Amino acid sequence: MRHPRRAVRYITVSALAALFAIVPAASAFACGGLVTPNGTVSLLRTTTLAAYHRGVEHYVTGFSFAGADATEVGSIVPLPGVPSDVIKGGDWTLQRLIIETELNPNVGRAGAPESAAFAADATVLFETQIDALDITVLEGGAVAVGNWAREHGFFLPPDAPEVLEFYASRSPIFMAVRFNVERADDQGVQEGQGTPVHVVIPTPNPWVPLRILGLGREAGEIVQADVYLLTDRRPATLPVAERSNGDLSQPGIVQELSEPASESLMTDLRSDRGMKWMPTSGMWLTHLRINTPAEELTHDLAIDASGYDQPDPIAAGFALPIPDTGVRSIVWATLAGGVLVLLLVAAAARRRVVGTPAI
Amino acid sequence: MVAGALTLGSAACGTAVADPGVRTIHIPIHYSAFELELINARPGETIRFVLENTDPIDHEFIVGDERVQLVHEEGTEAHHAPRPGEISVPAGETRVTTYTFPLERSSLIFGCHLPGHYDYGMRGTISVR
Repeated sequence: MRHPRRAVRYITVSALAALFAIVPAASAFACGGLVTPNGTVSLLRTTTLAAYHRGVEHYVTGFSFAGADATEVGSIVPLPGVPSDVIKGGDWTLQRLIIETELNPNVGRAGAPESAAFAADATVLFETQIDALDITVLEGGAVAVGNWAREHGFFLPPDAPEVLEFYASRSPIFMAVRFNVERADDQGVQEGQGTPVHVVIPTPNPWVPLRILGLGREAGEIVQADVYLLTDRRPATLPVAERSNGDLSQPGIVQELSEPASESLMTDLRSDRGMKWMPTSGMWLTHLRINTPAEELTHDLAIDASGYDQPDPIAAGFALPIPDTGVRSIVWATLAGGVLVLLLVAAAARRRVVGTPAI
Repeated sequence: MVAGALTLGSAACGTAVADPGVRTIHIPIHYSAFELELINARPGETIRFVLENTDPIDHEFIVGDERVQLVHEEGTEAHHAPRPGEISVPAGETRVTTYTFPLERSSLIFGCHLPGHYDYGMRGTISVR
């Protein structure tokens, strides 16, 4: 029998990239939707690996340099927890995943679908540099993080306040990423060249942010992304991914692949930088293709790989968490009171039984 | 401060003290939306608008007909000095502007023209009847 307390260990998941455009200066990158000062949006397909193993989420995505002459664009990525490390991602992890699913004969025959906005200043938890990228991990409510982003040159599109609060109400942790043009120039970073970033996040409650991909986009604009999941067990998702019909234009969240990760894939990924955390075998690979209008992407992706098939509606953004104060205390007090009453009733009943003479 | 509140087309900004003869309308701005979609005004009436921006991004409040809105939508002014019916409302701040409506009946629009905001729905109607 599986133990409920172990469930969280197997929950899968992740984080995705979000993008808040940056207006000033030059240089940029992508991964999601980019908004430039004139309001146009660059459609760039996001590729992300969200893996979960032994209570730690490994989120790998790439940021592409748009060139020194381009308008600067940055990203803010909502995270499900405070990262223990942010390192340069492997050189071939994302590419290898794409190859795996493009060549896989099973593609298109996937199995059955299986803070409130507090306004205090955002806290910078840590800063780091990866090649030409400047990375800042922030903690704060929607207003605080929005203020920080604005004060640091990020251009926030009009839907940003609501989207920021959507995330901050569940996890007030964000990662701001932008290219440093001078370092990019010194390092010879070419336009279009990607820099992979690997975020290590110990968390009992991982999720994949999808709504952020629609940020700054018009309602009918199609959001496209590839999300790869590597989990210890076959995951269940909320919303439930649709079966692939083999048509790459199929709308929605489409499950293109769901099968045990091949030995060759596991070997290749483990040999990449920062991927030694992977076990040598026994992981499950899922490939989800996102192809949906921005207006319909009002949720995230909750994933439960515990085997219980109960992805968390709060993690999916379908329900709000109970606030830390007030309501939560009342709920716990009520539950505790209920348990106490039951114990007293049971004890009283036991006394009556014990006190009843046997006939 | 009440600056030119009673003259046609005048505007003021800052922490104004309401003139007892001037109606005040409070318009919160939240999630890039004016929380009022329709304002009724009388011809020649002066209204003191209090714009409270609770968002972490800047907004603006522009009053005028469709032509005025189009000019601002295509314009390049990032910030507006307080002018009749035109005022910037920085993130997290409150600004006040006073506007006197024309004497003839008309239908005006108020909106925000920072990039993408008007299309996002930051607009409303002022019925001068």
